[in-house]
Amino acid sequence: MIYRMSAALLSLAGLFISAYLYLYKLGKIGSLACGTGACETVQLSPWSSFAGVDVALIGVLGYAGLLALTLAALQPGLAARRWLPRLLAALAGVGVLFTVYLTYLELFVIHAICRWCVASGFVILAIFIVALLDLRRLPRDRTS
Amino acid sequence: MAATQAGMKRFYSLFAVIALAGLGVLGYLLTRPATVSIPANVTVQASDTSGFKGYVKGSATAPVEITEYADYQCPFCQTFATLQMPTIEERLINTGRLRWRYRDFPLDQHPFAVLAAHSAACADEQGKYWDQHQRIYEGQGDWAASGNAAPIFRKYAGAAGVDLGRYDACMRAGKYAGRIQADKNAGVALGVSSTPTLMANGRLYRGRFDSDAITRLVDSLARQSNK
Repeated sequence: MIYRMSAALLSLAGLFISAYLYLYKLGKIGSLACGTGACETVQLSPWSSFAGVDVALIGVLGYAGLLALTLAALQPGLAARRWLPRLLAALAGVGVLFTVYLTYLELFVIHAICRWCVASGFVILAIFIVALLDLRRLPRDRTS
Repeated sequence: MAATQAGMKRFYSLFAVIALAGLGVLGYLLTRPATVSIPANVTVQASDTSGFKGYVKGSATAPVEITEYADYQCPFCQTFATLQMPTIEERLINTGRLRWRYRDFPLDQHPFAVLAAHSAACADEQGKYWDQHQRIYEGQGDWAASGNAAPIFRKYAGAAGVDLGRYDACMRAGKYAGRIQADKNAGVALGVSSTPTLMANGRLYRGRFDSDAITRLVDSLARQSNK
């Protein structure tokens, strides 16, 4: 359960990071606390939306989904279900791939690095790792 | 193995603390005063422009019109606005030879460019556009290096005699984000990709950006229009 608890806390952190960036994009919170101004460059660039949807909103929805999933996976009745950690790992894997794509854009297209995006990148990678670890140990849990 | 009840309790306590802290920070950011940001790359609605095609100074009957596409955070635009424009204004605009049209072209790499354009637009509501415009350009070195330009623009607006209550409401609403985007879209459609870009009587100007060169250009275009 420690992995799922960790994944839930990480998802919550990711949700707040994405919400912060999305509220900025909506013009609700002024400038971003970034230090270099590069966050605003990234967030105001044409690449801050993907298929017409704000990347930050995609983050909000993605992390909210992961959070709901991890909280569900902590319920006693669902703890032994293997599909939950599989789904969690799959979604986190998609998140990692999306983050790699966004990091590529930051480094080679926009030429600016947003620290909040980097933080989100570490969060989604950590969720992916704990989801894999959870998946690996699940058979032992079921036989105990 | 299922987590112990005590373990779950500790987890939910920690979860609640983090959730409350996060919500508290976001709540503070949403309610703090005088901090504003204007979204870029918005979808332009027909009502955003209502026929607006830039800020104009000079006689409606002037034989030459120059349209400037510029970005408040662009250093070259700042030099042009503060060093060349006063002479151009005195020599050409005030004498009825030239009409100047300023259109926003905020570049994506300038985080405060849209905010600056919006601040000037909100001052325009109260008839203080050019005053705010000049103050923003003159103060570029201060606000461009700051972490938050919004309060600096607000200070300029106050100094220009703008009613700050109405200004704040205008800024918070992001009322002119669409109009600024419409200006930029118009520039892109004409092939503008850098700032400042000048269009003289509708044609792209590729010459030098100094008052003497602009005077020669205006003289030349005025002669052509007289023929």
